[in-house]
Amino acid sequence: MLAGLGLLLFVLPLAGLIIQAPWNQALGELADPTTTTALGLSIFCSLTATAIALVLGIPLAMILARTRGTLRNVLRALTTLPMVLPPVVGGVALLLAFGRHGVAGSFLRQWFGIQIPFTTAAAVMAETFVAMPFLVIAVEAGLRSLDHRYEEAARSLGAGYWRVFTRVTLPLLRPAIVSGAVLCWARALGEFGATITFAGNFPGRTQTVPIAVYLALESNPDAAITLSLILLVVSVAILVGMRDRWLGAL
Amino acid sequence: MRRKLWLLSAFCLLPACIGGPSGGGPIKSGITVFAAASLQPAFDKMATPLAEGDGIGIQFSYAGTQTLTTQITQGAPADVFASADAAHVTTLNNAGLVQESQLFAHNRLEIVVAKGNPQGIHSLADLGRRDLVIVLADPSVPAGKYAQQALAKAKVTVHPASLELQVTGVLSKVALGEADAGIVYHSDIVTSGKVDGVAIPDAQNVIADYPIAVLKAAKNQAGATAFVNFVLSADGQAILKAAGFEGV
Repeated sequence: MLAGLGLLLFVLPLAGLIIQAPWNQALGELADPTTTTALGLSIFCSLTATAIALVLGIPLAMILARTRGTLRNVLRALTTLPMVLPPVVGGVALLLAFGRHGVAGSFLRQWFGIQIPFTTAAAVMAETFVAMPFLVIAVEAGLRSLDHRYEEAARSLGAGYWRVFTRVTLPLLRPAIVSGAVLCWARALGEFGATITFAGNFPGRTQTVPIAVYLALESNPDAAITLSLILLVVSVAILVGMRDRWLGAL
Repeated sequence: MRRKLWLLSAFCLLPACIGGPSGGGPIKSGITVFAAASLQPAFDKMATPLAEGDGIGIQFSYAGTQTLTTQITQGAPADVFASADAAHVTTLNNAGLVQESQLFAHNRLEIVVAKGNPQGIHSLADLGRRDLVIVLADPSVPAGKYAQQALAKAKVTVHPASLELQVTGVLSKVALGEADAGIVYHSDIVTSGKVDGVAIPDAQNVIADYPIAVLKAAKNQAGATAFVNFVLSADGQAILKAAGFEGV
């Protein structure tokens, strides 16, 4: 009964989207440059954010899995903070750090002439900030449940640190990394609050699909529903595609 | 499906309703006022005199005019709608959702710059400078639409870094120092205190009209009418003027 209610909460809004969709316009909307630009940007930004999260998040998860006590609690709280922080607050924090007058941003501007806000890089950063914790948590859980005897066996047979990591640890961690990466990517794709605050809204530069949907909802609800559906279809297609190729181990 | 959408939006608004009336004095009745975000500083000051004088507790819901219009169309439980442009009230009037509206304030556009105007911005023409980071409101937002009209009158082409979803987004980006200038309402600059304004001459300016209307579905028609009357009264107009609006 409760499970049914829970399911209904997910299914009803999706059904609403599908039933109310102006299907005859959907194809035309797909050809609209605003839609294709936003969709392309969304896919680019979310995939880039996931790639960055993989490069930075796996080492972070390894540190987390190896520390104990207070230090671990502090590190863990810091890495998971973006999960509980309202995304808009995250966006303001990013501005205060990497904005023109930000803690790091003012140096970037003085020394290298780099301004991050209002650029595609800002959109990627906002998405990484919000989504990376999902990957870190998943990989850390994977590391903790890892059977370290395999690594010890490899080391006792003469394998170096890097060889053990790439040949033993990473393959064992694959399911955790893949599921973490998928969660991270999905969160990045739907990111709205931090992106609009830190990167703003400009078509082709920082206007991702969620922002385009928000804008369209006010002026052209049909376009908003169609855009939402497109995002839905793309997400499902990528999830199904990944499942067949990589998620077999799950 | 319309019914289901209505239910969904009702759920979203539920927290706003359980908040209960605020302000002192004996509260005899409560009303819900949907008002354009730019009205917040002025309308917040009207809650106390209305609670003390007429015993009306007011629950405000501030958002972009276009968001409020969507919510009212979906059946949101409001008594009064105060809009930042005439077009949205006309839409609701044509749909038979609101009673006859009345103009209660005007708001001029102004260029918003950092305190002390470090970039030396003196006119709309300066907003065309390529060395500046300019932020505008999106043209689907009333403030953004007016800004486009003003720039067209001044024959200035601007390359904005961002088209914000709310006029407050423009204000905060200039206040935080991320943008050098933007176009907002005069009232936004008066009540912000963290930024300076550069006046736009009448020939290039666009004056926003603010209409107010009682909803046909208002549960408290008497309270709603009393609120509208207060906004139009000398006291109400004085509060609006202090917040940077022009009276009617």
